[in-house]
Amino acid sequence: MREYSNKKNEQKKAYYNDRFYVAPQIPKDEVQSDEVFAKDVEDLQSSFDIKEAYIQRGQLVVYINAKDIVNVMKFLKEKLNYNFLSELSAIDWLAKSGEFEIFYQMLSTSKRKRMRVKFFIKEKEEIQTVSNVYKSADWAEREMYDMFGVRIIGHHYMKRILMPDDWHDHPLRKTYPLIGDEEAQWYEIDKIFGKDYREIIGPEERDSARIVEKDTHRFARIKHEVPFGAEYSDTPIETDYQEEGGIPIVRKLSKKDVKILKERP
Amino acid sequence: MQKVNRLQPFFENLVFEREDNSMIINFGPQHPSSHGQLRLILELDGELVTKATPDVGYLHRGMEKMAENMIYNEFLPTTDRMDYIASSSNNYGFALAVEKLIGLDVPRRAKVIRMMILELSRLTSHLFWIAAHALDVGAMTVFLYAFREREYAMDLFEDYCGARLTHSAIRIGGVPLDLPKGWITSLMKFINEMPEAIATYEGLLDQNRIWKMRLEDVGVISPEMAQSWGCSGPMLRGSGIAWDIRKEEPYELYDEVEFDVPVSDRCDSYGRYKLHMQEMRESLKILKQLIPMYKETTPELMAHAPKYISAPKEQIMTQNYSLMQHFVLVTQGMRPPVGEVYVATESPKGELGFYINSQGDPYPYRLKLRAPSFWHTSILQDLLPGQYLADVVTIIGNANIVFGEIDR
Amino acid sequence: MAQHKINYLSEGGLPVALTTVDKLVQWGRSNSLWPLTYGLACCAIEMMATGGSRYDFDRFGTIFRASPRQSDVLIIAGTLTKKHSPFMRRLYDQMSEPKWVISMGSCANTGGMFNTYATVQGADRIIPVDIYLPGCAPRPESLQYALMLLQKKVRTESASRKLKPKRLV
Repeated sequence: MREYSNKKNEQKKAYYNDRFYVAPQIPKDEVQSDEVFAKDVEDLQSSFDIKEAYIQRGQLVVYINAKDIVNVMKFLKEKLNYNFLSELSAIDWLAKSGEFEIFYQMLSTSKRKRMRVKFFIKEKEEIQTVSNVYKSADWAEREMYDMFGVRIIGHHYMKRILMPDDWHDHPLRKTYPLIGDEEAQWYEIDKIFGKDYREIIGPEERDSARIVEKDTHRFARIKHEVPFGAEYSDTPIETDYQEEGGIPIVRKLSKKDVKILKERP
Repeated sequence: MQKVNRLQPFFENLVFEREDNSMIINFGPQHPSSHGQLRLILELDGELVTKATPDVGYLHRGMEKMAENMIYNEFLPTTDRMDYIASSSNNYGFALAVEKLIGLDVPRRAKVIRMMILELSRLTSHLFWIAAHALDVGAMTVFLYAFREREYAMDLFEDYCGARLTHSAIRIGGVPLDLPKGWITSLMKFINEMPEAIATYEGLLDQNRIWKMRLEDVGVISPEMAQSWGCSGPMLRGSGIAWDIRKEEPYELYDEVEFDVPVSDRCDSYGRYKLHMQEMRESLKILKQLIPMYKETTPELMAHAPKYISAPKEQIMTQNYSLMQHFVLVTQGMRPPVGEVYVATESPKGELGFYINSQGDPYPYRLKLRAPSFWHTSILQDLLPGQYLADVVTIIGNANIVFGEIDR
Repeated sequence: MAQHKINYLSEGGLPVALTTVDKLVQWGRSNSLWPLTYGLACCAIEMMATGGSRYDFDRFGTIFRASPRQSDVLIIAGTLTKKHSPFMRRLYDQMSEPKWVISMGSCANTGGMFNTYATVQGADRIIPVDIYLPGCAPRPESLQYALMLLQKKVRTESASRKLKPKRLV
């Protein structure tokens, strides 16, 4: 019987897991330990519903509700001076709880602080776009849709950005294998030549450790090069110009070889 | 949302058949001036651009998904291929992010060597920028001169780590190699030759009438636009906002060296060009200050953290437990603590950020690479309408975008 | 004015050489291979450095042309992704005969270190490749060696107008 592999998470797993190993956590500090952040969280809490807030490695992390996101962004931009949206992306927790965790990384140049706004959404839940508040979210949201399938409403051009337009499935999900599913593996052959050429061209070579020594279809031995598909040879081949015995275009002119004509033939 | 329909062309916000004068041009993925694989769909009215849609993704190699299946040390050479012009800066960003995740401190000599490599990378990146930009605008001599200087810098890199382009010279926990004998002398020679070279480029371009006409008032980015679109690095400083991560959130030993951060108020391409030239000079200044700092450090190169970092090679070859630990770390990988971290460094192109979310496994659960060129290309949608077709080439060259970063 | 006169009749005969048309034409073709500027990723930087001042590509007679219709050689420098592959096939088909392909770097040879969903595992799945050049990124000297090898290959081919049909991939 072939081995069962859980298709919900195709990420590579460690081959050895210590049964009693408990991973340490990065310490989460209290918000009150930093006064700038304490004030920010206090301002946020007065207008919005904050689920959790802590400081990790010097950056504030705030969990909010998904429906508040545009108002939170407006508040952060206008009232709290977070003038840059550095990063926006999603994390796939579909196998664990069927949710995506979206995070927005903010930067305030006047206060020199970075913070992160996060929330959880279900797989098919839709969120509002923040590209009206921060224009940089424009392409970041397109990439999030492309890679994860997160649905965003209100965007002016919601199209795939990194993958080709007719790609199937969303690559960065944990259910998508690294080398791609069947449609991905034959994508270029189907697009350029057509489906009939799949057998003529053959499948991809995904095993990076496969070595065939006498193969002259893919590579040739350096200094022993032969034409495509010819027999493997052990004789070294010189790549020189004609002076050292390469391909002569002209017979060497030396004084001994020359015949002097006395009259026109 | 996009619906896949193979019968219609895929750009439904551009109407292909119309009666007026506008023309749609495909500035395709293969183009001598497009710095890689940028596809711009330009709608032109005569020579004036009315609408521009950049189409990227032609170099998407799936690096983020690769990272989820590789251990941290194994992923380091892949970060080399992101911004392939200054590859050590990506290595460094990744190493710093992982070190912050673990909470590791790097020895002083490693910090000095790292800074030297980073500033050399900045120099090579800016030299390549001026070469490619000048070539696009038409000044082909500068291309050859800048590449000559770049060869000297790549010689230095080759002496240090063996590779010209994709270095992997900075590892998690420090640097693996010490500076070879005579490297500092070559570096001093390079530092002494460079100001003359920079003066040559400036002499060729600064007061050049054609250069000024092509670069002044082209690609004007106002400060609000720059902040809203997430620009960073020279694009941001060219609009008057003085934000350099090396000064504001200093990492390594940047708070111990003296250097200025050039800022330009002009907001156009000419200001950014002057900025890049001045940044090259500042890098030389930093390199000069690092040489005496190197001489007074103790020869320790990698951090001492046996759970995460292997021992130095001499110990691995002679001590038994170091060898065993090294074997486990290489085959199985180190397990950082659970949590997430976002670290931003100042790469020559802008703010290069790494977001790592780790669940205690040897493989990161999510790694997001924040590449500055991605955000600088999205600004083209707003920046190009209103410019002429020739200015499109200038703006793309001036924006210093590299496609390995955008598409990852 | 010449400083010394060469007396052809006594020194070695008239300066005439004999060769075949094939060899002459192929010699001419091999010494003026015009590549298409096709830099995709990091190997493009090494290709540009080869064209720079230290490793001069111009002495081989190569001039980088931007249009496929005017070029002889397609040097695929960089990773070929699935999104880009129809464009590459189209560019290859637009080149006029005789044409050759050098696949430069690991990514163009086999997909390289990017064993992922979006990378074509080798440009030779789409285009018939003549010379494979390993390296990541290959040094400029390697690219010169590959070009010299291509020149040698070109010289051994026949220059007749009736060319054999080229392989598909």
